[in-house]
Amino acid sequence: MNPFDPQATEAALRLKDAAGGGKVTVISLGADSARDSIKHALAMGADEGVLLSDPGFDGIDNFQTAVALARAIQKVGEFDLILMGRQAADWDMGVVPTGVAQLLGLPAVTIAKAIEANGPTIKVERVLDDGFQTVETTLPAVVSVSNEFGEPRYPQLRQIMLAAKKTVQVWSAADIGLEAGQLGAANRWLPLEALYVPKVESNVEIIEGDSPEEKAHNLALKLRAAKLV
Amino acid sequence: MAGILVIAETSDGAVSPISFEVLGAAHKLSSEGGGAVSAFVAGTEAEAKELIAHGADTAFAATNPTLASATADAFLPAVEAAIQQSGADIVLLGQTSFGRDLGPALAFKLGSAIAMDCVELKIDGGRLRATRSAYGGNARAEVTWKGAVQVATVKAKTFDALPADVSRSGSVTTLDAAGEPRVKVLSTEKASSEGVKIEDAPVVVSGGRGLGDPSAFKMLEELSHLLKGATGASRAACDLGWYPPSQQVGLTGKTVSPSLYIAVAISGASQHMAGMSGSKNIVAINKDGDANMVKVSRFAIVDDYKKVVPALIEEIKKLN
Repeated sequence: MNPFDPQATEAALRLKDAAGGGKVTVISLGADSARDSIKHALAMGADEGVLLSDPGFDGIDNFQTAVALARAIQKVGEFDLILMGRQAADWDMGVVPTGVAQLLGLPAVTIAKAIEANGPTIKVERVLDDGFQTVETTLPAVVSVSNEFGEPRYPQLRQIMLAAKKTVQVWSAADIGLEAGQLGAANRWLPLEALYVPKVESNVEIIEGDSPEEKAHNLALKLRAAKLV
Repeated sequence: MAGILVIAETSDGAVSPISFEVLGAAHKLSSEGGGAVSAFVAGTEAEAKELIAHGADTAFAATNPTLASATADAFLPAVEAAIQQSGADIVLLGQTSFGRDLGPALAFKLGSAIAMDCVELKIDGGRLRATRSAYGGNARAEVTWKGAVQVATVKAKTFDALPADVSRSGSVTTLDAAGEPRVKVLSTEKASSEGVKIEDAPVVVSGGRGLGDPSAFKMLEELSHLLKGATGASRAACDLGWYPPSQQVGLTGKTVSPSLYIAVAISGASQHMAGMSGSKNIVAINKDGDANMVKVSRFAIVDDYKKVVPALIEEIKKLN
């Protein structure tokens, strides 16, 4: 599961708890790991799942993913709030939540650390580069959740057992109205020309000494000699 | 070629330093055949002239007061007007709170893609080619664009700003357009950081989960004050509530490139490295000699920070 996804699920469940009701639908796109993500979310307490599964999703980029998710959300139909993790651990792009919002014509609020539902509006506390911001918007809306949101709940035994009975629908690309020309790596909006692991050379000088104090002394001398202190 | 449009941002009434870095990147692309450089700013002619002094050939000053909300909704119509008038097919923003929201919204609105947090940009066959990190900082990906307009955000501290040249001339056009924000900003709190801003500090002393105790940050602060620098933290330490998120260094935190980065009890996972690998000199203090941070550093002490750091503070005081 992408590291920020449990936080998005946690955000949904906290709102459901605060409202004393409501339905949480979990949508995930991909192969086995997506199925596991849905299972985990259901075990946390989500009500139902939708798995988007199709060979045409192999090798797609974030933009194709945003299109697929937007279509799936439209097919699910009724919703007040769409919650997503701020970015995924493979491409680290952080564009899908804003993309889904743009495609659905909805307001987007990103990097949320707290959400308060007030009927037709939500108040969201978000994290900025150099501080925090509180914003308000009307529903429906898209909110992306960041690690500052806090610990996601651990699946309890009762929920794990209930989860086995919850419905998970499986939709193909055709089910959500996507055509061949929108699928596969060949139709990426941002073609991947090269992917590699950069070589890291190690040139470390381990500062020795008979005691931590002596090592600190030797380090200070090295730093002074290098004009760094 | 068609040209490069830089979307500049402001803070406290002045153009933010990262926008000058992005202009530096645009200048490089222009010299490779990317076309003329134009810049957009929500502000007055004064800010527009600053952009020209830092490398823009033309500047757009968007004056609509709605832009003060700094929301993507407000900016999109104004930015689209600037793209149309400049004829640019490359749009660059800084990787900041502002760029992370406006960039993707703009790309999707234009039916094109965006590459985030780019560490390298070049013109290849008349089109943009960007390098960015992926897989939590472990890998590098090189990408190009299918869509006509190529949008990218630029990683901080990666490109150099041009020195300001007030004798540079260029035209300034005012734009009136703005969109209606659907997200209302109720309040904004700047993080209170006493002393040097971490992104600008010549020295950064950071602590990680390995410190074992939040009170350890007191000694790190003492060390960073002594060295006239700033104190940072890994994401793990921030998630534990040991240090404020505004001081977090890493992939989803700040990018720093100080002359000296002292990493105390930080393992050096790629997500952290993504925020400080540009540091000119790295010192690691860690009990684990196999930690990645030790491998990538210039100097390392493999020992208990609880003993090393107080001693280091005394040693540096003695040197002064």
